[in-house]
Amino acid sequence: MNSEIVFSKYYGQAGVEGIDAYKKNEAGYTALPKAIEMGWEKVLQEVKDSGLRGRGGAGFPCGTKWGFIPKNSDKAKYLVINADESEPGTFKDRAIMTYQPHLMIEGAIIAAMTINAHMIYCYIRGEYVKEAEILEKAVAEAYKAGYLGKNSCGTGYQLDFVVHRGAGAYICGEETALLNSIEGKRGEPRIKPPFFPAAIGLYGCPTVVNNVETLACVPMIVNRGATWFKTFGPEKNSGMKLFCISGHVNRPGLYEKPMGYPLMKLINEDCGGIWRGRKLKAAFPGGSSSPLLTAEECNVNLDFDSLAKAGSMLGSAAIMIIDDATCMLKVAIRTAHFYQVESCGQCTPCREGTMWLKDLHHRLEAGQGRRGDLDLIEDICNNMDGTTICAFGEATAWPLRSMVKKFRAEYEQHITEKRCPFGGSAGHAHGH
Amino acid sequence: MEKKFGNDFYAEMDRIQRFYPNKRAMLLPALHAAQGERGWISDDTMQDVADFLGIPKTQVLEAVSFYHWFKMKPVGKFNLQFCNNIACWLRGSEELIHHAEQKCKVKMGETTKDGLFTISEVECLGSCGTAPVCQINNDYHENFDIHKLDKVIEGSR
Ligand SMILES: Cc1cc2nc3c(=O)[nH]c(=O)nc-3n(C[C@H](O)[C@H](O)[C@H](O)COP(=O)(O)O)c2cc1C
Ligand code: SF4
Ligand code: FES
Repeated sequence: MNSEIVFSKYYGQAGVEGIDAYKKNEAGYTALPKAIEMGWEKVLQEVKDSGLRGRGGAGFPCGTKWGFIPKNSDKAKYLVINADESEPGTFKDRAIMTYQPHLMIEGAIIAAMTINAHMIYCYIRGEYVKEAEILEKAVAEAYKAGYLGKNSCGTGYQLDFVVHRGAGAYICGEETALLNSIEGKRGEPRIKPPFFPAAIGLYGCPTVVNNVETLACVPMIVNRGATWFKTFGPEKNSGMKLFCISGHVNRPGLYEKPMGYPLMKLINEDCGGIWRGRKLKAAFPGGSSSPLLTAEECNVNLDFDSLAKAGSMLGSAAIMIIDDATCMLKVAIRTAHFYQVESCGQCTPCREGTMWLKDLHHRLEAGQGRRGDLDLIEDICNNMDGTTICAFGEATAWPLRSMVKKFRAEYEQHITEKRCPFGGSAGHAHGH
Repeated sequence: MEKKFGNDFYAEMDRIQRFYPNKRAMLLPALHAAQGERGWISDDTMQDVADFLGIPKTQVLEAVSFYHWFKMKPVGKFNLQFCNNIACWLRGSEELIHHAEQKCKVKMGETTKDGLFTISEVECLGSCGTAPVCQINNDYHENFDIHKLDKVIEGSR
């Protein structure tokens, strides 16, 4: 299997984000003229053939998504880059935007031209102030070099790019909430159907929303071909991938590996094992929205299908590692707290469910839980699953349900002993 | 129309206007520019933004109250925004928050009497590989620890 490094070669280095460095180091802006020469039908086919699946969380085939944009509609079309990156544990798009903003921009230009969009919005989370500045600079460079503007690449095609800053709301990462947010509204998800972005998207027009990392794969696919791209990773899960590892390992950080890389190898060899000589207790493999894996379940490969088969998901490839000195209920509290704060409040099961879940977990952790509380947690989760406007409901229900199911004995211990057996600890910090 | 904001505000609005098909879509950029100038979004600021865009003030309020980044009350000169989400918590964020509260003699969400520090809790900042993290105003402080926190607080007084 190919394990060539294609993204992160220059991460951590100064002065690599400019257009000249991008051209020199990474064959920058050679894919764009090649794509123009190939023609957009062929580009679309190449992206489809590559098997590239969305890196934002859902793993939807990128080429298929682009293909949904109606060809004969005379409405304007839009490309929106999802740089909201707010799934807890995720920090990969930030690295791309910091060190390779032009890679994302070049990919976005190719995507926009393929779907016949003349406007690109990059929705970047409000907290990324520095990254937005880097991006603005890169965009200005791309205009100056003639890749953007009235006459993109001398083809007469007008293409504009604007960096649009979000303002601190996790739910705006959900694509239809994101579109409402660009329109100046509250970031509340839209009901699908009818509001599928490809049909009724931004300003009511056909729209493709793609994650930063997804678009950053596009120039390589154009330059080196679908067959090359498929030399990374198993069937139907192709490509190289940025994995974000945090929590209780010796060397947390960003690791570039081919899809399908074994999680235990990543933990033990790349990240130097669990810190402080402790043992692995559990891991979120794909952000806080992914069902938790127990230590045994961590014998799994990191790709969409393997993790789905293991009952979890790859999500945003944000792996959070938990050691055996950590109270699982405390982890659940942090999780429930996050979803309660971030629910947009449109759907009753989500708005009230997240509130209940937070309160129940607090009560349990404080040693004041009651016998029926664990079943109640599962009931509330079941009630949120599949009953809400957006996938935030499942994003809350799945991990919290997995925790109470897989660590039930530990939850029960809090009830019978009327206290936290860990002293409420993160294996490091001491609670309030 | 009477100019309520500084030149930077109008320059930024002029620059981006052509990218947006209607004025309401310029609301978030306008609020960022307004908060950049005034530090927070007061009732008057909401009115000024509404007047500038020619949209009802209720639409401005709807947005400001939804997005955490927009501050509806003044914050200290240094806004210590601690991430206390899972990865930071696993790496000791709670200890740091506790220490900051004691050192500044305020509770979470409060501002010191001298107006220097606000302590706030925020959700995952996208910096979990270098947890724990604290965003002070616009800047990320990664691999944060008590020593660095003391230095920030003492250095700002
Ligand atoms: C609650 C929620 C939060 C999301 N947050 C993000 C995010 O921060 N970044 C992202 O790229 N996708 C996020 N998504 C997924 C997007 O809705 C969308 O599927 C994705 O941006 C599509 O891009 P891709 O096909 O290139 O992955 C989120 C989805 C949900 C339901
Ligand atoms: S599921 Fe939750 S976040 Fe999604 S629309 Fe409903 S209330 Fe909002
Ligand atoms: S959990 Fe704190 S930065 Fe992600």
